[in-house]
Amino acid sequence: MSLVFYGIAGLSVAGALAAVLLKNTVHCALALTVAFAGLALLFLELDAQFAGFAQILIYIGAVAILVVFAILLTRGSETPKDGVYSHHPLVGLVAAAGIFAALGWAVLRSTAVLPGPGGAPTAKPTVTVMDIGNALMGRYVLPLEIVALLLTAALIGAVIVAMHEKDGTQ
Amino acid sequence: MNPLTGYLLVAALLFAIGLAGALTRRNAILVLIGIELMLNAANLNLIAFWRYGPHPEALTGMMFAIFSIAVAAAEAAVGLGLVISIHRHAHTTDLDAMNRMKG
Repeated sequence: MSLVFYGIAGLSVAGALAAVLLKNTVHCALALTVAFAGLALLFLELDAQFAGFAQILIYIGAVAILVVFAILLTRGSETPKDGVYSHHPLVGLVAAAGIFAALGWAVLRSTAVLPGPGGAPTAKPTVTVMDIGNALMGRYVLPLEIVALLLTAALIGAVIVAMHEKDGTQ
Repeated sequence: MNPLTGYLLVAALLFAIGLAGALTRRNAILVLIGIELMLNAANLNLIAFWRYGPHPEALTGMMFAIFSIAVAAAEAAVGLGLVISIHRHAHTTDLDAMNRMKG
């Protein structure tokens, strides 16, 4: 576990905490961008260059911008008078803490060893974008087509749902 | 501590933070942000298992993560479209105020 890992992990967790805890919604969206960037760096640290850059393009470039647009369109940056948390925030916090405790217990108690010799990590995988393209066009071509269909349907659905309606008529 | 454990713990922490946000915030957009964080934590798990698993050249975990990113993008678009639509009808994004199915 290198210092780089701890730095990036700390950045992601700090960004995620700020995105959840801050009062101003616009600040939350900016903190969310920091968390996404930290996760992209973690992907790069894991030698998954393609996924890391896809994360930057899709999450920072599209999802974060979409969130900011939604906040500005709904005037969500105004802090509500009666607080930003639900009536029973303790229930949610206890549920989240319980799930983290269960996951952490399972991870730390796991007896699985890494597949390398003597439980060491395997050598750095040499995966090029060409390999990923070949896999997408070969073994994973059906899921790829289904995702294409899903994205088209989601695009049309989102436009229809958010389209401006005149009073009473579509 | 082996490297996989570290990544899995970070992913579990991010998932818990996202879940706490989705369960405790009142603004619908902040709930969606929490869900995005949870999806990203799952992606981190997939990539970590791909990197430290027995056959990284088979690309299974990587493909899972890429498809998961695509589905999450579609989810974000539809979810935020719904929030904007609800805001147009009810003039609020407060989830406690959204208590009617009929518009």
